[in-house]
Amino acid sequence: MILQAIAFWILAGVAVSAAFMVVAARNPVRSVMWLILTFFTTAGLFVLIGAEFLAMLLVVVYVGAVAVLFLFVVMMLDVDFVELKQGFLQYMPVGALIALIMLAEMAFVGASWAASRGEAAAQPPAIPVSASNIEAIGAVLYTEYVYFFQAAGMVLLVAMIGAIVLTLRHREGVKRQDIGKQVGRKRDEAVELVDIEQGEGIG
Amino acid sequence: MTEFLLEYLPILIFFGIASAMGIAFLVLPALIAPSDPDPDKTAAYECGFNAFEDARIKFDVRFYLVAILFIIFDLEVAFLFPWAATLIEMPDATRAFAFFSMLVFLGILTVGFIYEWRKGALEWE
Amino acid sequence: MTESFAVNFAIAAPEVFLAVATMGLLVAGVIMGDKSARLITWLALATLAGYAALALAGLANGAGAAFSGALVADRFAVFAKVVIAIGAGLTLLLSDSFMQKEKLSRFEFPVLGLLAVLGMGMMVSAGDIIAVYMGIELQSLALYVMAAFNRDSLRSSEAGLKYFVLGALSSGLLLYGLSLIFGATGATDFDSIAAALAQEESLMFTIGLVFAISGLAFKVSAAPFHMWTPDVYEGAPTPVTAFLAAAPKFAAMALFARVLVGPFGEFIGDWQQVIVALAGISIGVGVFGALAQSNIKRLMAYSSIANMGYALMGLAAGTQNGVNGLLIYMTIYLLSVIGVFACILAMRRKDGMVEQIDDLAGLSQTNPGIAVALSMLMLSVAGLPPFAGFIAKLYVFMAALDAGLVLLAVFAALGTVVGAFYYLRIVKLIWFDEPAQGFVRPGRTVAYTAFGSAALAFPILVVFIFPLISQAGAAASALFS
Repeated sequence: MILQAIAFWILAGVAVSAAFMVVAARNPVRSVMWLILTFFTTAGLFVLIGAEFLAMLLVVVYVGAVAVLFLFVVMMLDVDFVELKQGFLQYMPVGALIALIMLAEMAFVGASWAASRGEAAAQPPAIPVSASNIEAIGAVLYTEYVYFFQAAGMVLLVAMIGAIVLTLRHREGVKRQDIGKQVGRKRDEAVELVDIEQGEGIG
Repeated sequence: MTEFLLEYLPILIFFGIASAMGIAFLVLPALIAPSDPDPDKTAAYECGFNAFEDARIKFDVRFYLVAILFIIFDLEVAFLFPWAATLIEMPDATRAFAFFSMLVFLGILTVGFIYEWRKGALEWE
Repeated sequence: MTESFAVNFAIAAPEVFLAVATMGLLVAGVIMGDKSARLITWLALATLAGYAALALAGLANGAGAAFSGALVADRFAVFAKVVIAIGAGLTLLLSDSFMQKEKLSRFEFPVLGLLAVLGMGMMVSAGDIIAVYMGIELQSLALYVMAAFNRDSLRSSEAGLKYFVLGALSSGLLLYGLSLIFGATGATDFDSIAAALAQEESLMFTIGLVFAISGLAFKVSAAPFHMWTPDVYEGAPTPVTAFLAAAPKFAAMALFARVLVGPFGEFIGDWQQVIVALAGISIGVGVFGALAQSNIKRLMAYSSIANMGYALMGLAAGTQNGVNGLLIYMTIYLLSVIGVFACILAMRRKDGMVEQIDDLAGLSQTNPGIAVALSMLMLSVAGLPPFAGFIAKLYVFMAALDAGLVLLAVFAALGTVVGAFYYLRIVKLIWFDEPAQGFVRPGRTVAYTAFGSAALAFPILVVFIFPLISQAGAAASALFS
């Protein structure tokens, strides 16, 4: 139990400071690196509460794909980052105020939850201890929650259409390989037999 | 709970060793290696001559398209894991339903795949 | 679950049909290429008609809920779906000739429109907070892409990006609020949430509710969450703006009503002040913001902010009359705003579209038909009798007064007076100013939509208003039974 508490505080501390560094880092590439650290430590926190599958998803999807895409974008985009940061100080007071309000609200929620701890309604819904996280999800996702599952499929479909509609361009005059055409070529399109008299050439 | 977490102990140890080594490789050179920088040594190296331009150049948007399409299919795969893990243990009444529900989901994404393919989004040029 | 599969399927039939037909159109479109855009648009209209018809047919079986209550098919949902299908259908119809002329004609446009409608259908029939979120995301994602559809135009890309970033922020707020509600009640479906709240109400729930309301207010563009509206309205291609202004607003408002008076109806004390504030600020920001505009699409953006304020007034009442007023208001607003955008689409000179309000000067001499239609619609949106807008406003004001929200009603009445100024300014420009360069003759669909919408605003109003009021009343009562 003590090991668990130590792990929690280390992971939580690293997650929060890394999240802070995401915002504070001067170089956006470093921001993304800090973001990856945040994802990793959050994945660790998920493991601590027994949500292995979510931890794995965070690593596979967020670190493996989303963060890499971010990195891609900030490394390749031709953006003047100094210019981007210029409004930062100007907007900081407002941003800080909103952050403070959010923090106060979260503190309220936490306090009210802590105050009503013993009561039944304040307890989190029971997690089936016998089944692992992935089994608990799998047991309901495809049957009870089939509606949301299919809706997620439609959302992914919209994302595909959107990505293609907004970015795909076909250049004119590019020679493409057309395998069907290549394979469908007949002998008489390609080969011409000519009888040539001796010593005369094709002319 | 503790038993479950103990399964992750090797990973924790691994992380500990990895970060210790990582830190060591950062700290040791700073302590031991000779350091005598001058502007030419610290400059970006580009085949021996001076760098022509900033390393940040605009890249073709097609790179992003490929990356985004990858993410979408990555998420699709993420949905497959719990299905694969639980399907065999489901009660008979729901197994067939869960099986076909995944097929419908894959069908939706196959429609997207057909769209991508016909649209030529999977070809480079 | 499996036993009730047939029942679930029957209740979800409109959505299933829409999803399958949309995917069919996508595949058909990609096989036929961009030449098929017009054909796909017409098939999309047929699909919407089928969707509405199936929703209506489902009514015969009475109200029901599928998928453990996540998809509710009651009269409220059916009413909303029919209006959404009409709104989306008319705006898709308007888009066709514009897209052809601007060389934007691509078959993905109607397909994305249908996917947005699918999301809206999920929203208005949501009986579960996960369904609320999934519906909103499906709808919003399709709309972001539509706003940036003219990807070679800087303004359109900017509109899409702004809409996306602010929309993502609002989704974050909504999700945070919904997760707090889940944390406080331990349930995601509305019935269980209401049951859990009946036992104990916690601070966590209240804060979650406020966050969820903020997220939803973003989607209906109620002030102070309206910042995206003018830029997106201005930058998006005009038919997309028309699309955004009509069906999604209705869907988001209907969802607002379903969430607030459904599971949280008992806790009106928690949310009434928030909605009253949103309504008041929206009316203020809308009417005063509109005064300074010179671009007609920006003007319509501020006008929509103000109109959302009036509609929220009905919701703030929290009564059956209030929801009834909300539905009547939103339906009439939707029909009028489509007409206004048809008129805006008619603002085309030889060298392209124009969007300045001054370009309308002397329209009565250059194009009397559109001039009459636009004037009638402006008077209707301003809320002058005997036009439809007056009746719409009448119902929300009555509901607000019944609920004792006198201060809000007085403020809203003052807002109407200020708002009348800029609507009347347009009417004055059209009839009394020296004509500017005339517009080219609008296409048939654009002209007919403008005339039809204007006709609905007054002469036909006499016929359709009574069925509308009784249908909206039946729909509203479904939320309170």
